[in-house]
Amino acid sequence: MRQTLKHLMTLPTLLAGIMMITGSGWADEDRYITVASTTSTENSGLLAEVLPKFTAETGIEVRVIALGTGQAIRVARNGDADVLLVHHTPSEEQFVADGFGVKRYPVMHNDFVIVGPSSDPAGINEMANAALALARIAETKAAFASRGDDSGTHKKELSMWQAAEINPAGASGTWYRETGSGMGATLNAASGMNAYALSDRATWVRFGNKGDLVLHVEGDRRLFNPYGVILVNAEKHPHVKSDDGQKFIDWLVGEPGQNAIAAYRIQGQPAFFPDMIVE
Amino acid sequence: MADFQTALLTAIELVIRLDPDLMEIVWLSLRISLLAVLFAALIGLPLGAAIALWRFPGRRVLIVLLNAAMGLPPVVVGLVVYLLLSRAGPLGHAGLLFTPTAMVIAQCILVIPIIAALTRQTVTDLHEEYDEYLRSIGCGALRSISTLLWDGRFRLLTAILAGFGRAIAEVGAVLIVGGNIQHVTRVMTTTIALETSKGNLALALGLGLILITLAVAVNATATAVSDTARRHHG
Repeated sequence: MRQTLKHLMTLPTLLAGIMMITGSGWADEDRYITVASTTSTENSGLLAEVLPKFTAETGIEVRVIALGTGQAIRVARNGDADVLLVHHTPSEEQFVADGFGVKRYPVMHNDFVIVGPSSDPAGINEMANAALALARIAETKAAFASRGDDSGTHKKELSMWQAAEINPAGASGTWYRETGSGMGATLNAASGMNAYALSDRATWVRFGNKGDLVLHVEGDRRLFNPYGVILVNAEKHPHVKSDDGQKFIDWLVGEPGQNAIAAYRIQGQPAFFPDMIVE
Repeated sequence: MADFQTALLTAIELVIRLDPDLMEIVWLSLRISLLAVLFAALIGLPLGAAIALWRFPGRRVLIVLLNAAMGLPPVVVGLVVYLLLSRAGPLGHAGLLFTPTAMVIAQCILVIPIIAALTRQTVTDLHEEYDEYLRSIGCGALRSISTLLWDGRFRLLTAILAGFGRAIAEVGAVLIVGGNIQHVTRVMTTTIALETSKGNLALALGLGLILITLAVAVNATATAVSDTARRHHG
């Protein structure tokens, strides 16, 4: 009995010890905002370059959740983010029209590219018309890796198939392969299967596992990739940090933010082009 | 093969340099998973022992469900916790989504069935040995539970370590409820997933090696402590 009592005494001490190890440092008093954004802004390294400058100037920490555009919009709709930074203008305008966002500000742009195996089985290298290039991929039934995840890039890809008057859904599982995952994971799959894929330029340039993939098609105007930033509407979600969120947006579309975006380089190349400053 | 070599070198380099980002991520992984296992043990141990000792209607069905729940899909648990903690969900007002606390909750849910089911089996076995003795000293149900849990503590360590293994290794749930936010909710497994998606396969694999080493270290420590205690108490 005394033995048991002694053991019981050690238990609370042990618990207290573990609590001290695990519980310390989680005080959530820092000033921060949550931004729902796309994998392309994070995977490209842009945000890691730009956000510390904002935090240094304002003392506001920016917490980024990197998702596909469709998923990011849903997170913002649920009120789980203060600011939305994504790249599918029609969805963004819908988000504002539905009352979930206050206003859309254009931030920056770059472009999409079509990449694929260097052997180029569909023969699309240096084609100027991206829709025709996709049509040729479909004709030759060359493997194509699609995001298939309702992301901004996926929506862009579907609109290009539409422009080519092809519905690839019927070929899903054969030459048309929907990975249902992020840009990087899809490029990994394309690299593994030697398939073609549509990618945003920034993720592609920074991607570390290209294997046999090379860039084939770029420069078609329809491959334009604009990013917008929106404050989540406090009328829908009263807990939204409107003041700090708006401060972030003002900074991002203002001179300091736009300069920071312009200054970001991947392998010496500009990756995003600011919308609001004239160079 | 080159990837494996680079991975090993990357891992060694990161550890030798005591890379501050890596240290932060390792520390957060450990804190979250240890805390989740602690809470899961506080619930799972008595729960498993109670199911082992008490006879009640539906007990056999409960045991089957409990054993099956050891294989709960992390993504589904993550999704459920996400929906509960989202601002649009029933517990949204607490603002817990995308915090380490949310990750502890999700991992705890994954670990409870593992600890409870393994405890149930261990205590059932022990009870067969002890039944007569417990009866002879007129031990009630509650006292029997605490006695059997205490006497089975060295065997139950395995149940707790199995739970820890699940917690530290899973990525599906913590990615959804944590959001993989740098310096806030980024842990070992979500970093590995992120680096894989960036195509930095060697770095991802290097981090994987560190994660496995970490799990081995935790298990070795627990076993060593248990062995020492066993020698002391005979």
